Amino acid sequence: MINFHQVHKAYRVAGQDIPALQPTDLHIARGEVFGIIGHSGAGKSTLLRLINRLEEPSGGRMQIDGEDVTALDASGLRRFRQQVGMIFQHFNLLSSKTVADNVALPLKLAGELSRRELEQRVAELLTRVGLSDHANKYPAQLSGGQKQRVGIARALATRPKILLCDEATSALDPQTTASVLQLLAEINRELNLTIVLITHEMDVIRRVCDRVAVMDAGVIVEQGTVAEVFLHPQHATTKRFVLEAEQIDENELHDDFAHVQGRILRLTFQGEATYAPLLGTVARETGVDYSILAGRIDRIKDTPYGQLTLALSGGDLDAALARFEAADVHLEVLR
Amino acid sequence: METLLANLLPNVDWPEIWQASLDTLSMLGGSLLFTVLLGLPLGVLLFLTGPRQMFEQKGFYALLSLLVNVLRSVPFVILLIVMIPFTVIITGTSLGVAGAIPPLVVGATPFFARLVETALREVDRGIIEATQAMGASTRQIITNALLPEALPGIFAAVTVTAITLVSYTAMSGLIGGGGLGDLAVRYGYQRYQPDVMVVTVVLLLVLVQVLQSVGDKLVVHFSRK
Repeated sequence: MINFHQVHKAYRVAGQDIPALQPTDLHIARGEVFGIIGHSGAGKSTLLRLINRLEEPSGGRMQIDGEDVTALDASGLRRFRQQVGMIFQHFNLLSSKTVADNVALPLKLAGELSRRELEQRVAELLTRVGLSDHANKYPAQLSGGQKQRVGIARALATRPKILLCDEATSALDPQTTASVLQLLAEINRELNLTIVLITHEMDVIRRVCDRVAVMDAGVIVEQGTVAEVFLHPQHATTKRFVLEAEQIDENELHDDFAHVQGRILRLTFQGEATYAPLLGTVARETGVDYSILAGRIDRIKDTPYGQLTLALSGGDLDAALARFEAADVHLEVLR
Repeated sequence: METLLANLLPNVDWPEIWQASLDTLSMLGGSLLFTVLLGLPLGVLLFLTGPRQMFEQKGFYALLSLLVNVLRSVPFVILLIVMIPFTVIITGTSLGVAGAIPPLVVGATPFFARLVETALREVDRGIIEATQAMGASTRQIITNALLPEALPGIFAAVTVTAITLVSYTAMSGLIGGGGLGDLAVRYGYQRYQPDVMVVTVVLLLVLVQVLQSVGDKLVVHFSRK
Protein backbone atom coordinates (compact mmCIF):
# COMPACT_ATOMS: atom_id res chain seq x y z
CA MET A 1 0.00 0.00 0.00
CA ILE A 2 2.72 2.43 1.04
CA ASN A 3 6.20 1.97 -0.41
CA PHE A 4 9.10 4.31 0.30
CA HIS A 5 12.33 3.91 -1.64
CA GLN A 6 15.29 5.76 -0.19
CA VAL A 7 13.10 8.69 0.82
CA HIS A 8 14.93 11.36 2.76
CA LYS A 9 14.27 14.82 4.09
CA ALA A 10 16.49 17.67 5.19
CA TYR A 11 15.39 21.08 6.42
CA ARG A 12 17.31 24.12 5.34
CA VAL A 13 18.03 26.23 8.39
CA ALA A 14 20.28 29.30 8.12
CA GLY A 15 21.86 28.06 4.90
CA GLN A 16 22.59 24.60 6.29
CA ASP A 17 20.86 21.31 5.58
CA ILE A 18 19.68 19.69 8.79
CA PRO A 19 18.75 16.07 8.09
CA ALA A 20 15.43 15.03 9.63
CA LEU A 21 15.08 11.68 7.88
CA GLN A 22 17.96 9.61 6.52
CA PRO A 23 17.29 7.66 3.28
CA THR A 24 14.58 5.24 4.34
CA ASP A 25 12.80 2.25 2.82
CA LEU A 26 9.37 1.55 4.21
CA HIS A 27 6.70 -0.95 3.21
CA ILE A 28 3.27 -0.90 4.74
CA ALA A 29 0.71 -3.47 3.65
CA ARG A 30 -2.96 -2.80 2.90
CA GLY A 31 -5.21 -3.09 5.94
CA GLU A 32 -2.44 -3.14 8.50
CA VAL A 33 -2.02 -0.92 11.52
CA PHE A 34 1.56 0.28 11.36
CA GLY A 35 3.09 2.10 14.31
CA ILE A 36 6.10 4.37 14.28
CA ILE A 37 7.59 5.00 17.69
CA GLY A 38 10.36 7.39 18.65
CA HIS A 39 11.24 10.19 21.02
CA SER A 40 10.55 13.76 19.96
CA GLY A 41 12.95 14.81 17.24
CA ALA A 42 13.47 11.22 16.06
CA GLY A 43 11.92 12.04 12.68
CA LYS A 44 8.66 10.13 13.07
CA SER A 45 6.51 13.19 12.49
CA THR A 46 8.47 14.01 9.33
CA LEU A 47 8.06 10.43 8.10
CA LEU A 48 4.28 10.56 8.66
CA ARG A 49 3.89 13.95 6.94
CA LEU A 50 5.84 12.73 3.91
CA ILE A 51 3.08 10.21 3.23
CA ASN A 52 0.54 12.92 2.30
CA ARG A 53 3.29 15.34 1.30
CA LEU A 54 2.58 17.88 4.00
CA GLU A 55 6.38 17.66 3.98
CA GLU A 56 8.04 17.60 0.59
CA PRO A 57 10.71 14.89 0.33
CA SER A 58 14.28 16.02 -0.44
CA GLY A 59 14.74 12.87 -2.50
CA GLY A 60 13.63 9.29 -3.03
CA ARG A 61 10.43 7.82 -4.41
CA MET A 62 7.09 7.25 -2.72
CA GLN A 63 4.51 4.88 -4.17
CA ILE A 64 1.15 4.78 -2.48
CA ASP A 65 -1.65 2.53 -3.68
CA GLY A 66 0.23 2.04 -6.95
CA GLU A 67 0.53 5.76 -7.56
CA ASP A 68 3.83 7.63 -7.74
CA VAL A 69 3.04 10.32 -5.18
CA THR A 70 6.37 12.10 -5.63
CA ALA A 71 5.39 12.95 -9.22
CA LEU A 72 1.95 14.43 -8.49
CA ASP A 73 1.25 18.04 -9.49
CA ALA A 74 -0.77 20.43 -7.31
CA SER A 75 -4.22 19.26 -8.44
CA GLY A 76 -3.18 15.60 -8.44
CA LEU A 77 -1.89 16.06 -4.91
CA ARG A 78 -5.21 17.57 -3.75
CA ARG A 79 -7.10 14.63 -5.23
CA PHE A 80 -4.67 12.18 -3.61
CA ARG A 81 -5.00 13.88 -0.21
CA GLN A 82 -8.76 13.29 -0.29
CA GLN A 83 -7.93 9.59 -0.11
CA VAL A 84 -5.75 9.98 2.96
CA GLY A 85 -7.40 10.96 6.24
CA MET A 86 -5.41 12.49 9.07
CA ILE A 87 -5.99 13.05 12.78
CA PHE A 88 -3.88 15.15 15.09
CA GLN A 89 -2.65 15.38 18.67
CA HIS A 90 -4.46 18.67 19.23
CA PHE A 91 -7.44 17.64 17.05
CA ASN A 92 -7.19 20.77 14.84
CA LEU A 93 -10.94 21.20 14.60
CA LEU A 94 -12.30 24.51 13.33
CA SER A 95 -13.55 26.33 16.41
CA SER A 96 -15.90 28.45 14.28
CA LYS A 97 -17.81 25.47 12.91
CA THR A 98 -20.16 23.02 14.58
CA VAL A 99 -19.31 19.35 14.95
CA ALA A 100 -21.46 18.52 11.89
CA ASP A 101 -19.88 21.29 9.82
CA ASN A 102 -16.39 20.14 10.81
CA VAL A 103 -17.16 16.63 9.63
CA ALA A 104 -18.79 18.00 6.47
CA LEU A 105 -15.79 20.17 5.56
CA PRO A 106 -13.73 17.59 3.62
CA LEU A 107 -16.88 16.57 1.71
CA LYS A 108 -17.66 20.21 0.95
CA LEU A 109 -14.10 20.79 -0.26
CA ALA A 110 -14.25 17.73 -2.51
CA GLY A 111 -17.58 19.04 -3.80
CA GLU A 112 -18.85 15.71 -5.11
CA LEU A 113 -21.97 15.21 -2.99
CA SER A 114 -25.33 16.91 -3.14
CA ARG A 115 -26.48 18.74 -0.04
CA ARG A 116 -28.73 15.86 0.99
CA GLU A 117 -26.11 13.16 0.41
CA LEU A 118 -23.67 15.24 2.41
CA GLU A 119 -26.02 15.58 5.38
CA GLN A 120 -26.73 11.87 5.27
CA ARG A 121 -23.03 10.99 5.20
CA VAL A 122 -22.29 13.33 8.13
CA ALA A 123 -25.11 11.78 10.19
CA GLU A 124 -23.77 8.30 9.39
CA LEU A 125 -20.23 9.27 10.44
CA LEU A 126 -21.35 10.89 13.69
CA THR A 127 -23.33 7.76 14.54
CA ARG A 128 -20.24 5.65 13.82
CA VAL A 129 -18.13 7.60 16.34
CA GLY A 130 -21.01 7.87 18.84
CA LEU A 131 -21.57 11.62 18.65
CA SER A 132 -25.00 11.93 16.98
CA ASP A 133 -26.28 13.94 19.93
CA HIS A 134 -23.53 16.52 19.60
CA ALA A 135 -23.92 17.46 15.93
CA ASN A 136 -24.80 21.08 16.60
CA LYS A 137 -22.30 21.75 19.36
CA TYR A 138 -19.06 23.65 18.87
CA PRO A 139 -15.71 21.94 19.54
CA ALA A 140 -15.12 24.11 22.64
CA GLN A 141 -18.14 22.41 24.25
CA LEU A 142 -16.65 18.91 23.88
CA SER A 143 -14.19 16.88 25.95
CA GLY A 144 -10.81 15.85 24.53
CA GLY A 145 -11.98 12.34 23.69
CA GLN A 146 -15.09 13.67 21.94
CA LYS A 147 -12.98 16.13 19.96
CA GLN A 148 -10.76 13.31 18.75
CA ARG A 149 -13.86 11.34 17.74
CA VAL A 150 -14.97 14.34 15.67
CA GLY A 151 -11.43 14.35 14.21
CA ILE A 152 -11.79 10.67 13.29
CA ALA A 153 -15.23 11.20 11.75
CA ARG A 154 -13.85 14.11 9.74
CA ALA A 155 -10.84 12.07 8.60
CA LEU A 156 -13.11 9.24 7.41
CA ALA A 157 -15.60 11.50 5.62
CA THR A 158 -14.19 11.05 2.11
CA ARG A 159 -13.83 7.26 2.57
CA PRO A 160 -10.01 7.34 2.55
CA LYS A 161 -7.85 4.25 2.05
CA ILE A 162 -5.26 5.40 4.55
CA LEU A 163 -5.58 7.06 7.95
CA LEU A 164 -2.59 8.93 9.37
CA CYS A 165 -2.56 9.45 13.14
CA ASP A 166 -0.21 12.10 14.48
CA GLU A 167 0.17 11.40 18.23
CA ALA A 168 -3.61 11.10 18.22
CA THR A 169 -3.89 10.02 21.86
CA SER A 170 -1.00 11.93 23.41
CA ALA A 171 -3.24 14.73 24.71
CA LEU A 172 -5.78 12.31 26.22
CA ASP A 173 -6.05 10.63 29.62
CA PRO A 174 -5.44 6.84 29.81
CA GLN A 175 -9.12 5.87 29.81
CA THR A 176 -9.97 8.10 26.84
CA THR A 177 -6.84 6.88 25.07
CA ALA A 178 -8.09 3.30 25.42
CA SER A 179 -11.50 4.13 23.96
CA VAL A 180 -10.04 6.09 21.03
CA LEU A 181 -7.61 3.24 20.28
CA GLN A 182 -10.47 0.79 20.40
CA LEU A 183 -12.38 2.92 17.89
CA LEU A 184 -9.33 2.96 15.60
CA ALA A 185 -9.02 -0.84 15.85
CA GLU A 186 -12.72 -1.26 14.98
CA ILE A 187 -12.43 1.06 12.00
CA ASN A 188 -9.36 -0.81 10.81
CA ARG A 189 -11.27 -4.09 10.92
CA GLU A 190 -14.57 -2.87 9.48
CA LEU A 191 -13.24 -0.75 6.65
CA ASN A 192 -9.98 -2.61 6.00
CA LEU A 193 -8.39 0.80 6.37
CA THR A 194 -4.61 1.06 6.45
CA ILE A 195 -3.60 3.01 9.55
CA VAL A 196 -0.21 4.60 10.12
CA LEU A 197 0.26 6.06 13.57
CA ILE A 198 3.12 7.75 15.33
CA THR A 199 3.50 7.82 19.09
CA HIS A 200 6.07 7.95 21.84
CA GLU A 201 4.14 5.43 23.94
CA MET A 202 4.88 1.72 23.56
CA ASP A 203 1.51 1.01 25.13
CA VAL A 204 -0.28 2.53 22.12
CA ILE A 205 1.76 0.29 19.82
CA ARG A 206 1.03 -2.78 21.95
CA ARG A 207 -2.72 -2.18 21.95
CA VAL A 208 -3.48 -1.59 18.26
CA CYS A 209 -0.52 -2.10 15.95
CA ASP A 210 0.32 -5.10 13.81
CA ARG A 211 3.82 -3.96 12.96
CA VAL A 212 6.09 -1.31 14.38
CA ALA A 213 9.13 0.69 13.33
CA VAL A 214 11.38 2.22 15.97
CA MET A 215 13.02 5.49 15.01
CA ASP A 216 16.03 7.24 16.42
CA ALA A 217 17.86 10.25 14.98
CA GLY A 218 16.13 10.08 11.58
CA VAL A 219 16.74 6.36 11.09
CA ILE A 220 14.46 3.33 11.48
CA VAL A 221 16.62 1.31 13.85
CA GLU A 222 14.35 -1.70 14.18
CA GLN A 223 11.09 -2.93 12.70
CA GLY A 224 8.96 -6.04 12.68
CA THR A 225 5.78 -7.45 14.13
CA VAL A 226 4.86 -5.89 17.45
CA ALA A 227 5.37 -9.23 19.25
CA GLU A 228 8.87 -9.64 17.81
CA VAL A 229 9.96 -6.12 18.61
CA PHE A 230 8.19 -5.99 21.95
CA LEU A 231 9.33 -9.33 23.29
CA HIS A 232 12.81 -9.49 21.78
CA PRO A 233 14.02 -5.92 21.40
CA GLN A 234 17.48 -5.63 19.81
CA HIS A 235 18.30 -1.94 19.62
CA ALA A 236 19.04 0.15 22.71
CA THR A 237 16.24 2.62 21.87
CA THR A 238 13.71 -0.19 21.55
CA LYS A 239 14.82 -1.72 24.83
CA ARG A 240 14.29 1.62 26.55
CA PHE A 241 10.77 1.91 25.15
CA VAL A 242 9.92 -1.62 26.28
CA LEU A 243 11.21 -0.93 29.77
CA GLU A 244 9.18 2.27 29.92
CA ALA A 245 6.07 0.38 28.86
CA GLU A 246 6.60 -2.28 31.52
CA GLN A 247 7.37 0.40 34.05
CA ILE A 248 10.61 -1.25 34.99
CA ASP A 249 13.20 0.99 36.54
CA GLU A 250 16.39 0.76 34.52
CA ASN A 251 18.35 0.17 37.73
CA GLU A 252 16.45 -3.02 38.44
CA LEU A 253 17.72 -4.36 35.16
CA HIS A 254 21.25 -4.44 36.51
CA ASP A 255 20.15 -6.86 39.20
CA ASP A 256 21.85 -10.04 37.94
CA PHE A 257 20.18 -12.13 40.63
CA ALA A 258 23.65 -12.85 42.06
CA HIS A 259 22.16 -14.05 45.33
CA VAL A 260 19.83 -16.52 43.57
CA GLN A 261 20.87 -20.15 43.38
CA GLY A 262 20.68 -22.32 40.25
CA ARG A 263 20.15 -21.69 36.53
CA ILE A 264 18.36 -18.56 35.40
CA LEU A 265 16.30 -18.54 32.25
CA ARG A 266 13.69 -16.41 30.54
CA LEU A 267 10.65 -17.97 28.90
CA THR A 268 8.49 -16.10 26.44
CA PHE A 269 5.04 -17.48 25.65
CA GLN A 270 2.74 -16.29 22.91
CA GLY A 271 -0.81 -17.13 21.94
CA GLU A 272 -2.39 -20.28 23.35
CA ALA A 273 0.92 -21.38 24.91
CA THR A 274 0.45 -18.57 27.43
CA TYR A 275 -2.34 -20.54 29.08
CA ALA A 276 -0.69 -24.01 28.95
CA PRO A 277 0.32 -25.39 32.38
CA LEU A 278 3.93 -25.84 31.24
CA LEU A 279 5.86 -24.92 34.40
CA GLY A 280 4.03 -27.35 36.66
CA THR A 281 4.26 -30.19 34.15
CA VAL A 282 8.00 -29.77 33.64
CA ALA A 283 8.62 -29.44 37.37
CA ARG A 284 6.72 -32.65 38.09
CA GLU A 285 8.32 -34.67 35.30
CA THR A 286 11.93 -33.63 35.89
CA GLY A 287 11.91 -32.94 39.61
CA VAL A 288 13.31 -29.39 39.30
CA ASP A 289 12.18 -26.62 41.59
CA TYR A 290 11.46 -23.25 40.11
CA SER A 291 10.97 -19.79 41.48
CA ILE A 292 9.66 -16.86 39.47
CA LEU A 293 12.03 -13.87 39.66
CA ALA A 294 10.19 -11.52 37.35
CA GLY A 295 7.29 -11.78 34.98
CA ARG A 296 4.45 -10.26 33.09
CA ILE A 297 1.39 -11.65 31.39
CA ASP A 298 -0.51 -9.34 29.07
CA ARG A 299 -1.81 -8.88 25.54
CA ILE A 300 -0.33 -7.53 22.34
CA LYS A 301 -3.33 -6.38 20.31
CA ASP A 302 -5.45 -9.57 20.55
CA THR A 303 -2.64 -12.03 21.25
CA PRO A 304 -1.91 -13.02 24.84
CA TYR A 305 1.73 -13.31 25.83
CA GLY A 306 3.79 -14.01 28.91
CA GLN A 307 7.39 -13.43 29.78
CA LEU A 308 8.83 -15.04 32.90
CA THR A 309 12.31 -15.01 34.40
CA LEU A 310 12.85 -18.24 36.38
CA ALA A 311 15.48 -19.75 38.63
CA LEU A 312 15.73 -23.56 38.38
CA SER A 313 17.43 -25.79 40.93
CA GLY A 314 17.54 -29.51 41.90
CA GLY A 315 16.23 -32.41 39.81
CA ASP A 316 17.23 -33.12 36.22
CA LEU A 317 18.11 -29.62 34.91
CA ASP A 318 19.14 -30.74 31.42
CA ALA A 319 15.91 -32.65 30.93
CA ALA A 320 13.95 -29.60 32.07
CA LEU A 321 15.75 -27.35 29.58
CA ALA A 322 15.13 -29.88 26.83
CA ARG A 323 11.43 -29.95 27.71
CA PHE A 324 11.24 -26.16 27.53
CA GLU A 325 13.09 -26.19 24.20
CA ALA A 326 10.61 -28.67 22.81
CA ALA A 327 7.59 -26.74 24.04
CA ASP A 328 5.98 -23.85 22.17
CA VAL A 329 7.97 -21.18 24.01
CA HIS A 330 10.98 -19.02 23.38
CA LEU A 331 13.83 -19.91 25.74
CA GLU A 332 16.80 -17.80 26.73
CA VAL A 333 19.32 -19.11 29.26
CA LEU A 334 20.56 -16.11 31.16
CA ARG A 335 22.94 -17.97 33.47
CA MET B 1 -37.31 72.92 27.22
CA GLU B 2 -36.50 74.58 23.94
CA THR B 3 -35.78 77.92 25.59
CA LEU B 4 -33.62 76.19 28.15
CA LEU B 5 -31.58 74.56 25.41
CA ALA B 6 -31.37 77.87 23.54
CA ASN B 7 -30.12 79.65 26.67
CA LEU B 8 -27.64 76.95 27.56
CA LEU B 9 -26.34 76.48 24.03
CA PRO B 10 -26.83 79.89 22.38
CA ASN B 11 -24.59 79.26 19.38
CA VAL B 12 -25.75 75.79 18.46
CA ASP B 13 -27.48 75.66 15.10
CA TRP B 14 -29.28 72.30 15.28
CA PRO B 15 -29.98 71.84 11.55
CA GLU B 16 -26.28 72.41 10.96
CA ILE B 17 -25.38 69.88 13.66
CA TRP B 18 -27.76 67.39 12.03
CA GLN B 19 -26.19 67.93 8.63
CA ALA B 20 -22.70 67.57 10.11
CA SER B 21 -23.73 64.34 11.84
CA LEU B 22 -25.02 62.95 8.54
CA ASP B 23 -21.77 63.98 6.85
CA THR B 24 -19.71 62.26 9.52
CA LEU B 25 -21.79 59.11 9.21
CA SER B 26 -21.54 58.99 5.42
CA MET B 27 -17.79 59.69 5.50
CA LEU B 28 -17.40 56.95 8.06
CA GLY B 29 -19.63 54.48 6.20
CA GLY B 30 -18.09 55.15 2.80
CA SER B 31 -14.50 55.09 3.94
CA LEU B 32 -15.00 52.03 6.18
CA LEU B 33 -16.55 50.11 3.29
CA PHE B 34 -13.65 50.80 0.94
CA THR B 35 -11.08 50.31 3.70
CA VAL B 36 -12.43 46.81 4.38
CA LEU B 37 -12.74 45.99 0.66
CA LEU B 38 -9.12 46.96 0.02
CA GLY B 39 -7.58 46.17 3.39
CA LEU B 40 -8.91 42.62 3.78
CA PRO B 41 -7.21 41.24 0.63
CA LEU B 42 -4.10 43.26 1.46
CA GLY B 43 -4.05 41.78 4.96
CA VAL B 44 -4.51 38.25 3.56
CA LEU B 45 -1.66 38.90 1.11
CA LEU B 46 0.59 40.18 3.90
CA PHE B 47 -0.24 37.09 5.94
CA LEU B 48 0.28 34.54 3.15
CA THR B 49 3.62 35.96 2.00
CA GLY B 50 4.86 36.60 5.55
CA PRO B 51 7.58 34.71 7.38
CA ARG B 52 7.01 30.92 7.62
CA GLN B 53 3.61 31.09 5.92
CA MET B 54 2.11 29.21 2.98
CA PHE B 55 3.55 31.48 0.28
CA GLU B 56 6.57 32.91 2.02
CA GLN B 57 8.06 35.53 -0.35
CA LYS B 58 10.76 37.40 1.51
CA GLY B 59 11.33 40.15 -1.09
CA PHE B 60 7.67 40.74 -1.89
CA TYR B 61 6.67 40.78 1.77
CA ALA B 62 9.46 43.24 2.62
CA LEU B 63 8.33 45.57 -0.17
CA LEU B 64 4.64 45.37 0.76
CA SER B 65 5.51 45.79 4.39
CA LEU B 66 7.57 48.89 3.62
CA LEU B 67 4.74 50.41 1.59
CA VAL B 68 2.29 49.82 4.42
CA ASN B 69 4.67 51.27 6.96
CA VAL B 70 5.37 54.36 4.84
CA LEU B 71 1.64 55.05 4.51
CA ARG B 72 1.14 54.49 8.21
CA SER B 73 3.93 56.84 9.21
CA VAL B 74 2.67 59.80 7.14
CA PRO B 75 0.67 62.03 9.53
CA PHE B 76 -2.94 62.03 8.37
CA VAL B 77 -3.05 65.82 8.11
CA ILE B 78 -0.24 65.68 5.53
CA LEU B 79 -1.85 62.77 3.69
CA LEU B 80 -5.02 64.85 3.36
CA ILE B 81 -3.16 67.57 1.50
CA VAL B 82 -0.86 65.33 -0.55
CA MET B 83 -3.88 63.33 -1.71
CA ILE B 84 -5.82 66.32 -3.12
CA PRO B 85 -4.74 65.89 -6.79
CA PHE B 86 -5.48 62.13 -6.68
CA THR B 87 -8.80 62.73 -4.98
CA VAL B 88 -9.83 65.09 -7.78
CA ILE B 89 -8.95 62.41 -10.34
CA ILE B 90 -10.96 59.73 -8.50
CA THR B 91 -14.06 61.64 -7.35
CA GLY B 92 -13.96 64.81 -9.42
CA THR B 93 -13.78 67.00 -6.33
CA SER B 94 -11.56 67.44 -3.31
CA LEU B 95 -14.34 68.95 -1.22
CA GLY B 96 -17.17 67.62 0.89
CA VAL B 97 -17.89 64.03 1.85
CA ALA B 98 -16.80 62.66 -1.55
CA GLY B 99 -13.50 64.54 -1.34
CA ALA B 100 -12.78 63.24 2.14
CA ILE B 101 -13.30 59.53 1.44
CA PRO B 102 -10.20 58.78 -0.69
CA PRO B 103 -7.67 60.16 1.83
CA LEU B 104 -9.56 58.44 4.66
CA VAL B 105 -9.37 55.11 2.80
CA VAL B 106 -5.68 55.55 1.98
CA GLY B 107 -4.99 56.50 5.59
CA ALA B 108 -6.92 53.61 7.15
CA THR B 109 -6.31 50.73 4.72
CA PRO B 110 -2.68 50.00 5.70
CA PHE B 111 -3.66 50.17 9.37
CA PHE B 112 -6.58 47.78 8.85
CA ALA B 113 -4.48 45.43 6.69
CA ARG B 114 -1.94 45.09 9.51
CA LEU B 115 -4.70 44.28 11.99
CA VAL B 116 -6.08 41.65 9.60
CA GLU B 117 -2.59 40.14 9.20
CA THR B 118 -2.27 39.91 12.99
CA ALA B 119 -5.74 38.34 13.32
CA LEU B 120 -4.87 35.71 10.69
CA ARG B 121 -1.60 34.88 12.45
CA GLU B 122 -3.62 34.05 15.55
CA VAL B 123 -5.28 31.16 13.68
CA ASP B 124 -3.85 27.85 14.88
CA ARG B 125 -1.36 26.54 12.29
CA GLY B 126 -2.68 23.05 12.95
CA ILE B 127 -6.05 24.05 11.50
CA ILE B 128 -4.38 25.19 8.28
CA GLU B 129 -2.42 21.94 8.18
CA ALA B 130 -5.57 19.89 8.75
CA THR B 131 -7.33 21.72 5.91
CA GLN B 132 -4.34 21.17 3.63
CA ALA B 133 -4.39 17.48 4.53
CA MET B 134 -8.03 17.32 3.33
CA GLY B 135 -6.84 18.35 -0.11
CA ALA B 136 -8.04 21.96 0.03
CA SER B 137 -6.74 24.48 -2.50
CA THR B 138 -5.24 27.72 -1.22
CA ARG B 139 -8.43 29.57 -2.03
CA GLN B 140 -10.48 26.98 -0.13
CA ILE B 141 -8.13 27.22 2.84
CA ILE B 142 -8.61 31.00 2.94
CA THR B 143 -12.39 30.99 2.58
CA ASN B 144 -13.21 27.82 4.53
CA ALA B 145 -10.69 27.89 7.34
CA LEU B 146 -8.60 31.04 7.69
CA LEU B 147 -11.30 33.72 7.42
CA PRO B 148 -13.99 31.90 9.47
CA GLU B 149 -11.47 31.15 12.21
CA ALA B 150 -10.17 34.73 12.22
CA LEU B 151 -13.64 36.30 12.06
CA PRO B 152 -13.75 37.52 15.68
CA GLY B 153 -10.31 39.11 15.23
CA ILE B 154 -11.39 40.68 11.94
CA PHE B 155 -14.49 42.20 13.58
CA ALA B 156 -12.28 43.60 16.32
CA ALA B 157 -10.04 45.08 13.61
CA VAL B 158 -13.05 46.65 11.84
CA THR B 159 -14.18 48.19 15.15
CA VAL B 160 -10.77 49.71 15.92
CA THR B 161 -10.48 50.96 12.34
CA ALA B 162 -13.97 52.53 12.41
CA ILE B 163 -13.12 54.42 15.58
CA THR B 164 -9.82 55.60 14.12
CA LEU B 165 -11.75 56.77 11.06
CA VAL B 166 -14.08 58.83 13.28
CA SER B 167 -11.11 60.80 14.56
CA TYR B 168 -9.67 61.08 11.05
CA THR B 169 -12.95 62.58 9.77
CA ALA B 170 -12.51 65.42 12.27
CA MET B 171 -9.30 66.37 10.48
CA SER B 172 -10.89 66.31 7.06
CA GLY B 173 -12.41 69.69 7.90
CA LEU B 174 -8.99 71.06 6.98
CA ILE B 175 -9.67 70.35 3.30
CA GLY B 176 -13.35 71.24 3.53
CA GLY B 177 -14.56 67.76 4.27
CA GLY B 178 -17.31 68.76 6.68
CA GLY B 179 -18.73 66.68 9.50
CA LEU B 180 -18.90 66.98 13.29
CA GLY B 181 -15.16 67.26 13.84
CA ASP B 182 -14.98 70.10 11.34
CA LEU B 183 -17.79 71.87 13.19
CA ALA B 184 -15.97 71.49 16.49
CA VAL B 185 -12.80 73.04 15.03
CA ARG B 186 -14.46 75.90 13.13
CA TYR B 187 -17.06 77.03 15.68
CA GLY B 188 -15.73 75.70 18.92
CA TYR B 189 -12.06 76.44 18.47
CA GLN B 190 -11.71 79.17 15.88
CA ARG B 191 -14.79 81.23 16.87
CA TYR B 192 -14.54 80.31 20.51
CA GLN B 193 -18.04 78.90 20.89
CA PRO B 194 -17.49 76.20 23.53
CA ASP B 195 -21.16 75.12 23.49
CA VAL B 196 -20.83 73.98 19.86
CA MET B 197 -17.64 72.15 20.70
CA VAL B 198 -19.25 70.37 23.65
CA VAL B 199 -22.26 69.27 21.60
CA THR B 200 -20.16 67.91 18.74
CA VAL B 201 -17.73 66.17 21.07
CA VAL B 202 -20.62 64.55 22.94
CA LEU B 203 -22.11 63.34 19.64
CA LEU B 204 -18.73 61.93 18.57
CA LEU B 205 -18.40 60.22 21.93
CA VAL B 206 -21.84 58.63 21.50
CA LEU B 207 -20.83 57.47 18.01
CA VAL B 208 -17.59 55.91 19.28
CA GLN B 209 -19.42 54.21 22.15
CA VAL B 210 -22.02 52.76 19.80
CA LEU B 211 -19.33 51.52 17.38
CA GLN B 212 -17.33 49.91 20.19
CA SER B 213 -20.27 48.12 21.77
CA VAL B 214 -21.65 46.88 18.45
CA GLY B 215 -18.14 45.69 17.53
CA ASP B 216 -17.71 43.93 20.86
CA LYS B 217 -21.06 42.20 20.45
CA LEU B 218 -20.09 40.94 17.00
CA VAL B 219 -16.73 39.67 18.30
CA VAL B 220 -18.46 37.77 21.10
CA HIS B 221 -21.13 36.46 18.75
CA PHE B 222 -18.57 34.94 16.40
CA SER B 223 -16.22 33.61 19.10
CA ARG B 224 -16.80 29.91 19.69
CA LYS B 225 -13.80 29.32 21.90
